[in-house]
Amino acid sequence: MSTIARRLAPRLLDAWAGVALLYLFTPIFVIVAFSFNDARRFNVIWQGFSLDAWRHWTDSEPLTDALTLSIKIAALSTLAATVLGSLIALALVRHRFTGSGVTNLLLVLPLTTPEVVLGSSLLSLFIDLGVSRGFWTIVAAHAMFCVSYVAVTVKARIRGFDWTLEDAAMDLGASPLRTFRTVTFPLILPGIVAAALLSFALSIDDFIITFFNSGNEQTFPLYIYSQQRRGLGPEVNVVATLILLVSFGLAVSSIFVQRFRARPGPR
Amino acid sequence: MPTRPAGTHRGTHRGTQRADDTGGADGSGPSPRGRRSTPYLLISPGLVVLGLLFVVPLGSLLVTSLKTGSFAEGFETAVRLRNYSDALSESWEPIKRSFVFALVATVAAGAIGYPLAYVIAFRGGRYKNVLLGLVVLPFFTSFLMRTLAWKTILSDSGSITSAFDRLHLLSLFEFLHLVPDGSDRLLQTNVSVIGGLTYNFLPFMVLPIYVSLEKIDRRLVEAARDLYSGAFRAFRTVVLPLSIPGVMAGSLLTFIPAAGDFVNAELLGGPQQTMVGNRIQSRFFEQVDYPAAASLSFVLMALILIGVLLYARLLGTEELTG
Repeated sequence: MSTIARRLAPRLLDAWAGVALLYLFTPIFVIVAFSFNDARRFNVIWQGFSLDAWRHWTDSEPLTDALTLSIKIAALSTLAATVLGSLIALALVRHRFTGSGVTNLLLVLPLTTPEVVLGSSLLSLFIDLGVSRGFWTIVAAHAMFCVSYVAVTVKARIRGFDWTLEDAAMDLGASPLRTFRTVTFPLILPGIVAAALLSFALSIDDFIITFFNSGNEQTFPLYIYSQQRRGLGPEVNVVATLILLVSFGLAVSSIFVQRFRARPGPR
Repeated sequence: MPTRPAGTHRGTHRGTQRADDTGGADGSGPSPRGRRSTPYLLISPGLVVLGLLFVVPLGSLLVTSLKTGSFAEGFETAVRLRNYSDALSESWEPIKRSFVFALVATVAAGAIGYPLAYVIAFRGGRYKNVLLGLVVLPFFTSFLMRTLAWKTILSDSGSITSAFDRLHLLSLFEFLHLVPDGSDRLLQTNVSVIGGLTYNFLPFMVLPIYVSLEKIDRRLVEAARDLYSGAFRAFRTVVLPLSIPGVMAGSLLTFIPAAGDFVNAELLGGPQQTMVGNRIQSRFFEQVDYPAAASLSFVLMALILIGVLLYARLLGTEELTG
């Protein structure tokens, strides 16, 4: 390779990565910028700078209702999925048992099935059983796909831990419950927290599965979908920006918490 | 997202079974104290939920897909295989389109994502985690809002569209049959829908590739360079082969949701961009023809499964389980 090419190649790679990041952020700039747009319904053309939407974003009741509903659903389904998924992960990492292969398969399949199929199959079951769609069917649907994500995440995080610490605690006379409380649980907690955050983010943003199983309920993504034809105001951009800020804050603080926890002892 | 590479289950399954046959519970691996029933107690609540809300619904979908009747007269359980041939013949175009769009979006995501993952893993230095965070950050906002933002960006009066027009990119797209002849717009064309799919599933491509690149022992690359291999040759013979598992996983994690998506086609496309997801949705909610919708869902799932198996066969299952 010629010298010029050798010098140029890394620069080109960096430039490509920069363009890729720009591509990733372009819509985000648009979402944030248009939350400051001086527009009412059709927030598509720039009209001028205004803080109105930020001052009055809670004024639209359907919007705040949808957001509250989404948070409630995400909290409940995350709670259920985190408990169930972490238990499965713990069993798969800590024990060898007949059927662990089938368990792994059952965890991966929902992740490799298109959401339309997951959504429509649940709807088909609810129709068969005569269950009317609403709050609880959405929670159930979200809990289902989040269990898989939680189990897979926790499993990846706790694999390779030094489990002899548990034996040490027991050898020193700790009861199984105390061993779990003082050794096992603190060890696996960071993985569980990461999985719970992921599960919450997936639930609050899920559209396709929710669309099939929501009945008359309207979550935040469903609100956007139903209103977008008639035009969405800048207050929706405010909410989207707030969600971005909150999740950014959570991600950053979880990194800091992990660094802080990692400092004192080994692992 | 630290998801396991899609499709690993077959290998994992076999591997674990083998361990069970030979090692047993008191093997050399983790062998906690406690009774043999402990793992079953731990997994059963979660598996019951997955069974009731994933396996049973698929069974219900299968039964529904074979039913006869209509919404007005009521549906009756039967074995009407014609539902499937009808679904295939009526929706062949959207089915084909879904797979072509998903394939193009996967290739595009790979072309954008691989160099990005490479730069972060090999040239990121101490900014590695920050850069990785930047890749994921956009996906913390709402999926629908991101897609709608693209609608704003690509709008007919937008500067992107006119810039594309001035750079004669639109003529290029015309030549590639990505936009209709004489089109002066990007919205409601194949370009906008494929672009949306590429964008929305890009992190699923970047993260697994990054993970596999990050795992590569840097000394291997140094060894290749010490043996007078050029930078490109070192990449081609050392880095690229070792990153194939990440590319495989990323491609599956991009292709599968893209093939089943209906949001991008609905928000960014027009009637000419209908995908199979849109059909399933409209059969369920507009025509209220549950058997037709269910059989389409099954066709989609079966085709994806066949595709995944062929892909695994083509590139070897060893890489899939890696």
